[in-house]
Amino acid sequence: MNNGRRHTKKAFPWRRSLWIASLLAPALVVMVLLVLWPLLSAFRLAFYEFNGLQPTGFIGFENFRKVLFEQPYSGWTYNALKHNIIAFVALMVFENGTAFLLAYALLKALPGHRIHQVIVFLPVVLSAVIVGFLWKLFLHPLFGLVNQTLALVGIGAIPWLGNEHTALGSVLFANVWHWLGFPTLVLLAGMQRVSKEVIEAARLDGAGDYVLMTKIIWPLIAPSVTIVTILTFIGSFNWFEIPYVMAGLTGSPGGATDVLGLYFYRTAFGSTTTGIQDFGQGSALAVMMFIIVAGVTAIALRYLRRREIEL
Amino acid sequence: MSRRRIGLALAAASFAWGLAASAAHATDISFWTWRQEDKAAYNELFADFTKENPDIHVKFESFPDENYPTIVSTALAAGKGGDVIHTHAYGWLEQFVKAGYFEPQDLTTVPSLANQPADALVAGTYRADKKVYSLPFASQTLGLFINKDVFAQAGLTPPTTWDEFITVSKALKEKGFYPLANGMGTSWFNEMFVAIFTNPFLGQDFVGDLTSGKTTFKDPRYVAALGKLLELRDYMPPGFEGIDYETAGQLFITGKAAMLAGGSFDIATYRTQNPAINMDFIAPPTAKAGDTPQVTKFFDGGYAVNAKSANKEAALKLVNWMGTKEFGDKFSALLGNISPIKGVVIKDELLAHVAKLNETAMPHINVVYFRFEKPTGSELLQGDITKMMSGSITPDQLAADLTDGLAKWYKPFQGK
Repeated sequence: MNNGRRHTKKAFPWRRSLWIASLLAPALVVMVLLVLWPLLSAFRLAFYEFNGLQPTGFIGFENFRKVLFEQPYSGWTYNALKHNIIAFVALMVFENGTAFLLAYALLKALPGHRIHQVIVFLPVVLSAVIVGFLWKLFLHPLFGLVNQTLALVGIGAIPWLGNEHTALGSVLFANVWHWLGFPTLVLLAGMQRVSKEVIEAARLDGAGDYVLMTKIIWPLIAPSVTIVTILTFIGSFNWFEIPYVMAGLTGSPGGATDVLGLYFYRTAFGSTTTGIQDFGQGSALAVMMFIIVAGVTAIALRYLRRREIEL
Repeated sequence: MSRRRIGLALAAASFAWGLAASAAHATDISFWTWRQEDKAAYNELFADFTKENPDIHVKFESFPDENYPTIVSTALAAGKGGDVIHTHAYGWLEQFVKAGYFEPQDLTTVPSLANQPADALVAGTYRADKKVYSLPFASQTLGLFINKDVFAQAGLTPPTTWDEFITVSKALKEKGFYPLANGMGTSWFNEMFVAIFTNPFLGQDFVGDLTSGKTTFKDPRYVAALGKLLELRDYMPPGFEGIDYETAGQLFITGKAAMLAGGSFDIATYRTQNPAINMDFIAPPTAKAGDTPQVTKFFDGGYAVNAKSANKEAALKLVNWMGTKEFGDKFSALLGNISPIKGVVIKDELLAHVAKLNETAMPHINVVYFRFEKPTGSELLQGDITKMMSGSITPDQLAADLTDGLAKWYKPFQGK
């Protein structure tokens, strides 16, 4: 059989290549049409000026210069970028930190752990629009569940989403509530793959929960941490739905919840009540977002993978 | 089969043939809008049109307001889209006209343009070629809603001057009502809030000075008018920074709040939500007794014809019909909007009162003059007003941000 196969391969090498190509072709066509072509189009449009809704002339890096160095656009860009960075850091600490602790608690299989696992994961299956709307209601200054509860202990109406100091935190909280189950499950799956012998050996050596978590489990779940970190980064820089539902297209109040996704959408497609459409500047923002996400992800992956290999 | 039966069968067949032939020659056109809530009214209006033009059938298609510009621009760019497009006015319209997406309208193709007043036509005219591209459909008036039952309960009279407004608001608050329902939770509504309360302090002279380049938003008159807004914070609901447009409306129609700074476009909505509501719509408080009451007015948009429409003739016929008094009368009656068409009879008492207030109205400055280029006055003002109301920037800073931002494209502000 093996000889026969080798004979066929030697006699008709082009047939095998053709076969492989025919298998790859449909996926490649879809990729080129739906991913590569729009991406390259966005790159192209970023270098054009728009008069109305049509590109009128090649203007080099002018759109990039405007969004990076010319007020008020640059102010809006850096404000949005700052919020994306805050979102990433906050989600890493609060969402993934809590997820790690929850995953460890679930790993210990305490009584009722199965129902808790379902409860933690349940919000993940809801759409971001529903979650945003729900939390907008909960945080309503007059009728919201949160303020009505606080009123029982004498705390007055807090405009969670209307105050520039609490708005971003409130939107982030809703996001954590929505997604907490996902990193929990990924980290739990990682923890469940850690050999029981290793854990038992550590226990025999006298390791308590803290040492076990920090010195044994944490290093051994590096591949899961890599996935969670990269997905959190991509999610933070493409963040759109929940801020859009809870704070609107302008990232209200006064840009306190503005993120690059909202700013890009507003710039490219305008809005009935604020502005006109500018696909040139919008594309420049989209290209920058792509470069940030792709660039940082590539670098972070290299670093995080190296950490996995070193183990 | 008897002769009589054969005769009947032949007659039925001829009738069916006739119907099929007429259907085959009928033209189906579509009307695109963001006004989903007006579907029933428009379908009734289009049925009237089809009665007069049996060969044209109009299909109502609506899209979400927030995504409407995106949907329309992408469809038109691809050579698709509705045959007749409901447009917003001024700068919104201009970007579509620049791209060549709409058909120009004149007295030959749309004779009913002659029924439109001059200020309405400005809203649908492209500034560069002075041609009309969108037949204006309604004027909107911004002013003060009054819940008459709340005022009666409190034994108070609606205010006409600023001082009266403050006195009445204090009294309402003491009696347990929210004097003013507005909050700062919805950006576009905030911009209207600013226009409503600042315009009576600014006056027509300020608008003249601003548009002729004699002054900018840094003008002390504008800064002082913005400063007056800060006084309103005490009379807005607790946590007003987070109160959005929908909540404000609910507080007003349920009688928890006595007044609401809003638009005449909501009269019909509030009546639907609370048919028992006893409300009035008045001019916002004037600076001092004896001043002319001044509401704020703008034209919301119009009806444009898709330049790539395969049924341009039918589309223009529909638009022309939408400019007739017959359409305007029924439009105002069904939708509670004020049609700009000359001679339109407004039977609704409250709406007729609003139309009367329009005679001394001020323009919605940002919408009418500063939405043509980027950054628009609206995005600058909407970004800053919540900060000013929460105290993190001053009226002077807002005025400077607005002027400096607009100076990017509005030449009279450059270097000032």
